[in-house]
Amino acid sequence: MTCIRRGTLALVLPGVLALLPHRAPAQDTTWREGVRINVILPGRGAKPGILVLPIVGTDADSVRAIFTRDFDYGHRLTVIDMPAASVPPPNANGTLNYPLYAQLGANALLQVSPTSFGITVVIHDVAARQVARSKSFPLPSPSQSPSWRLALHTIADDVEQQLTGVRGISATRILYTSQGRVFQIDSDGANPTPLSGVVGAMSPSWNPKGTHIAFTSLTNSGAKLVIRESGGATRTLATGRGMSANPVFSPDGNTMVYSYGEENGIDLVAVNAFGTDTPRRVTIGRGSDNLSPTFSPDGRRIAFTTNRAGRIDIYVSDADGTNAEPLMPFDFGDQRYRSDPDWSPDGRLVAFQSQIGGSFQIMTVNVRDRNVSRHTSTGVNEMASFAPDSRHIVFASARSGVRQLWVLDIESNDVRQLTKAAGGARFGAWSPSLSTR
Amino acid sequence: MNRIVALGLLSLSLLAACKKKQPETGVTPTSGGGTPAPGETCDAACRARNAAAEKAAADSAAAARARAEAEARLRATASIRATLGQKVYFEYDAAELSADARALLDSKLGILLANPGLRLRVTGHADERGSDEYNLALGQRRAVAVKRYLGDRGIDGARIEILSLGEERPEVTDGTEDSFRLNRRAEFEIIAGGDTLMPAK
Repeated sequence: MTCIRRGTLALVLPGVLALLPHRAPAQDTTWREGVRINVILPGRGAKPGILVLPIVGTDADSVRAIFTRDFDYGHRLTVIDMPAASVPPPNANGTLNYPLYAQLGANALLQVSPTSFGITVVIHDVAARQVARSKSFPLPSPSQSPSWRLALHTIADDVEQQLTGVRGISATRILYTSQGRVFQIDSDGANPTPLSGVVGAMSPSWNPKGTHIAFTSLTNSGAKLVIRESGGATRTLATGRGMSANPVFSPDGNTMVYSYGEENGIDLVAVNAFGTDTPRRVTIGRGSDNLSPTFSPDGRRIAFTTNRAGRIDIYVSDADGTNAEPLMPFDFGDQRYRSDPDWSPDGRLVAFQSQIGGSFQIMTVNVRDRNVSRHTSTGVNEMASFAPDSRHIVFASARSGVRQLWVLDIESNDVRQLTKAAGGARFGAWSPSLSTR
Repeated sequence: MNRIVALGLLSLSLLAACKKKQPETGVTPTSGGGTPAPGETCDAACRARNAAAEKAAADSAAAARARAEAEARLRATASIRATLGQKVYFEYDAAELSADARALLDSKLGILLANPGLRLRVTGHADERGSDEYNLALGQRRAVAVKRYLGDRGIDGARIEILSLGEERPEVTDGTEDSFRLNRRAEFEIIAGGDTLMPAK
């Protein structure tokens, strides 16, 4: 029905076609990156509808496409997805015919105009028939550069916060490994960029400010830890002659916890991330394997994978390793193999992978009531990492052939493919917000 | 008929008797091919030549013997190396040593005992199922199991270096049950004292 209405509009307003901006070939006008599987659930109509009005000027199509896609990927707004030519133009005197947009399903209109240093973004409240907010933002040059895109994502996240109360997650990047190197990619799949050489990279992670990353480097001399600053300087941590793997930063950024083992099992150890103190043991595994740590956002708890009770399961303990206990009850479903926990930034959930019928699936458990939810069912899905909104998860899946990163909305279980890396991608690690302001 | 045979035998024996007598005539050969015998006809230079030729012949024989021995040693060492290099396989998500694995390790154990300078690197591997991070721990556990088995039988820990490569270096990648089995392994690499190897006692 919406489609018919849109078609009618295009017929009624043939003059709109003349206003279609001329597209520069370098611009990103892709409306949807990758594959999207929409599952429209009943009763989910409460999401505000937003329409990004056509924009005039250089890179206008890119700006509109980026905003539209960011809102779409955020899952908190209903994007009125229309080609610029079909959108009703403003009245001759510059005012907007709000009821017309209301008919299209828009609760909010985004009107973007270029300024000498960036853009002005006006949010219109369609129901109130007035401007809700007008704000100007600087944009770095050159346009289309990673920092320019990040600045636009920051604006989109800001708009989303205005409309829904929850900040968007567009201004984020995701680390992953591909063919032995660490890469980062923008949340919308743009700018895949290598951050390391071919070093057998595994398990990358961000520090809380997004200024440093740490990862495992697995070469023929064993597994070592590497810290990389955003500037590119790297150093390998002297952690001993055993294997050192899966480094994570504490929420205050000062401590690094990782798994270390020589000949008597693997235990979690903690060390000052930027000092030279002696690592201290966190878990007392007594010869078992304890690995893949993740901090609760308050820094007081750690969840990790362990085989201390025989099968592979997730335990949770205080940050110093005391009071360790299984995260989930024993009697839930297939408990043969549950591993690789990731604590949500809001502290409410722990995502993990569980082997069901021989294939890993992405699950979450509510930390408070230990209620478990399953989010995937197609193929093998693993290595979950939460976005800053605690609602989206990046994971690795070979459902399209070679393993790539996918993004999951845990409320709708919609997924989209994030990477198309030659040689595949895995170990996705979602950054904190990297807002430019 | 018998008579004919007897006659033939007689004539043969007569002929043989004639031949035997020949050297006793005392005739000295004065010329002919080959090395001249020492005597008036072979001067000092000739004798030196002869001595050199004899020495060269002896030397080359010794060299051939040495070469053969070296080749035999190399062959033996290669066979010992092959024994050392044989991989040990494991069950799914397990680091326990099967009877086959223990038998293989026993053959390596004898070689380690016979060659005190020999040092090995043991690398533990996992198949692609299971968590990539957990498999790093699993590979470590497999390498440790091998080291512990050898250590319990007298091999000093300093002679066995261990390392896990998790599931990162699969031997076969076709994703079948057979390839999983081949990938769940410990590999052995000589890191010192492997130039010449004595067989197990």
